[in-house]
Amino acid sequence: MSTQALFSQLLIGLINGSFYALLSLGLAIIFGLLNVINFCHGALYMLGALVAWYLLEHLGIGYWWALLIAPLVVGLLGVVIERTMLRRLYGLDPLYGLLLTFGLALVIQGIARNYFGVSGEPYDIPEQLTGGRNLGFMFLPNYRTWVVVFSVVLCGLTWYLTERTRLGSYLRAATENPLLVQAFGINVPRLITITYGLGVALAAVAGVMAAPIYRVSPLMGADLIIVVFAVVVIGGMGSILGSIITGFALGVIEGLTKVFWPEASSTVIFVIMAIVLMVRPAGLFGRTT
Amino acid sequence: MTSPAPRSEPATNGAVAAPAVAASTRSLRWPIVAMVVILAVAPFVAYPVFLMKALCFALFACAFNLLIGYAGLLSFGHALFFGAAGYLAGQAALVWGFPFELAVLTGTATSAALGLVVGWLAIRRQGIYFSMITLALAQMFYFFCLRAKFTGGEDGIQGIPRGKLLGLVSLDNNYTLYFVVLAIFVFGFLAILRIVHSPFGHVLTAIRENEPRAISLGYKTEQYKLIAFVLSAALSGLAGGTKAIVFQLASLTDVYWATSGEVILMVLLGGLGTLLGPVVGAFVIVVVESYLAQLGGWVTVVQGALFVVCVLAFRRGIVGELSRLLHRPL
Repeated sequence: MSTQALFSQLLIGLINGSFYALLSLGLAIIFGLLNVINFCHGALYMLGALVAWYLLEHLGIGYWWALLIAPLVVGLLGVVIERTMLRRLYGLDPLYGLLLTFGLALVIQGIARNYFGVSGEPYDIPEQLTGGRNLGFMFLPNYRTWVVVFSVVLCGLTWYLTERTRLGSYLRAATENPLLVQAFGINVPRLITITYGLGVALAAVAGVMAAPIYRVSPLMGADLIIVVFAVVVIGGMGSILGSIITGFALGVIEGLTKVFWPEASSTVIFVIMAIVLMVRPAGLFGRTT
Repeated sequence: MTSPAPRSEPATNGAVAAPAVAASTRSLRWPIVAMVVILAVAPFVAYPVFLMKALCFALFACAFNLLIGYAGLLSFGHALFFGAAGYLAGQAALVWGFPFELAVLTGTATSAALGLVVGWLAIRRQGIYFSMITLALAQMFYFFCLRAKFTGGEDGIQGIPRGKLLGLVSLDNNYTLYFVVLAIFVFGFLAILRIVHSPFGHVLTAIRENEPRAISLGYKTEQYKLIAFVLSAALSGLAGGTKAIVFQLASLTDVYWATSGEVILMVLLGGLGTLLGPVVGAFVIVVVESYLAQLGGWVTVVQGALFVVCVLAFRRGIVGELSRLLHRPL
């Protein structure tokens, strides 16, 4: 086993971990306030990548603008989804939210597939981040370093936003008891809309970052979201920091499995989920109800 | 005016739009007789292979409805049991040379065993987590099937022989096979009817309506949920095994998450927690899909749109609305 292979798989693991962390973070925030598991999270991640590709291919707008525009577009779509559809389901069994967003995921992926085909398109790494540096024991591509660093920063910002700002304190309070928070004169329905928009915008950012690493394809989010569900079950959705740590850790474990036992790499996260369910059913960071 | 999401988590199991009182067997007698008569005449009007596909999915949907409609558990991984039974039935008929009925039973038993394992893990968490766990475990099984040798990977198991019923009657004739499949479907349907109206079924309904209360009344709800899960898995396996032999093919499609979604849509469209709803839903979806087949990729868009419409405006489903109009449970 060459150290070169080990470290490059570790890096890929860290990158997958960044995406797991960003997606499960969004899921956890949305679930906390809306009590809905957002099944179309994977489809919106894909849409983020697709918007970035469209901007570059048809409008000549590059990566850095895409990193700003794609989350805006997807976030606005999220606001529309919340205002027109999810809003009607509050007070019903949360399973209906899951079914609705599953249907939306099918619609979004189906439309993307019809206009885009299944094979997918490559997206070039932005000029400033091409190349890499040789660390002696491994070659470190600049773009991959950027993805990991930027994901960590985004996770940190989200943590700061929810734990240290006024908006975050409203958000945490509304997660505990929305009626009481509303009684204090805070516009909870608007807070819910903002939260959903921010949650899916995070998914879109992950999608833009993923575009140069994987090909942009309509189904890139479909299988990913199921892995992220397993990540969420393992970590429990009670804690922001917990989601971040679980996401990165599982990405790394998956990367290591690719080195030592490649056949098991696609199932290792699910196996870990089964073990966690046996040992600690509430999840690593979950609270037992 | 909109109110924010409610916080009471475990107790919300029962909000699924299902009739509060299960239909009594007697009030269902004539609708069921009518259904069986229609199904017995159908192959002389429509193509029998197409009808057999619809019947297999109808049984699958009824088995799924046993969980969501009566126990309030939304499994998002039921394709696992449908597909696994198909693989094992195919393997038994093709490689081990089992006759038809034993091959189907092998598939059913496999799904029941898998249901025991998956159910045992999944009922440790409630509500939305239960759905995510079943989905994740089914995806794990999908990856296993993709790599395992006996499943044939992307090719699936092809050329499964239909064999002879009890070693006597050749099933190569589509009409003969149709009536065997119809018999299997009716058996499964009546089994579910019996389960739902048994004391066990009433406890399931009680768990769906209010699990903490059922616990406080002294019911070991986890055991009830597990038994319901295994029964549902076994009946899904019966449907999947039969389908594999009818089409002489067991493939990855049947274990993929899209199939799990499809069966949910059938039950949702037909009517959650109604006995006839899943049958109606399955026939509607199979017909719609075959008509839309020439549209290619648009099928998923239509499916997704149906989901959205059903959840937003049509939560009772076709049979649920009908039963409301007729003022009688169906």
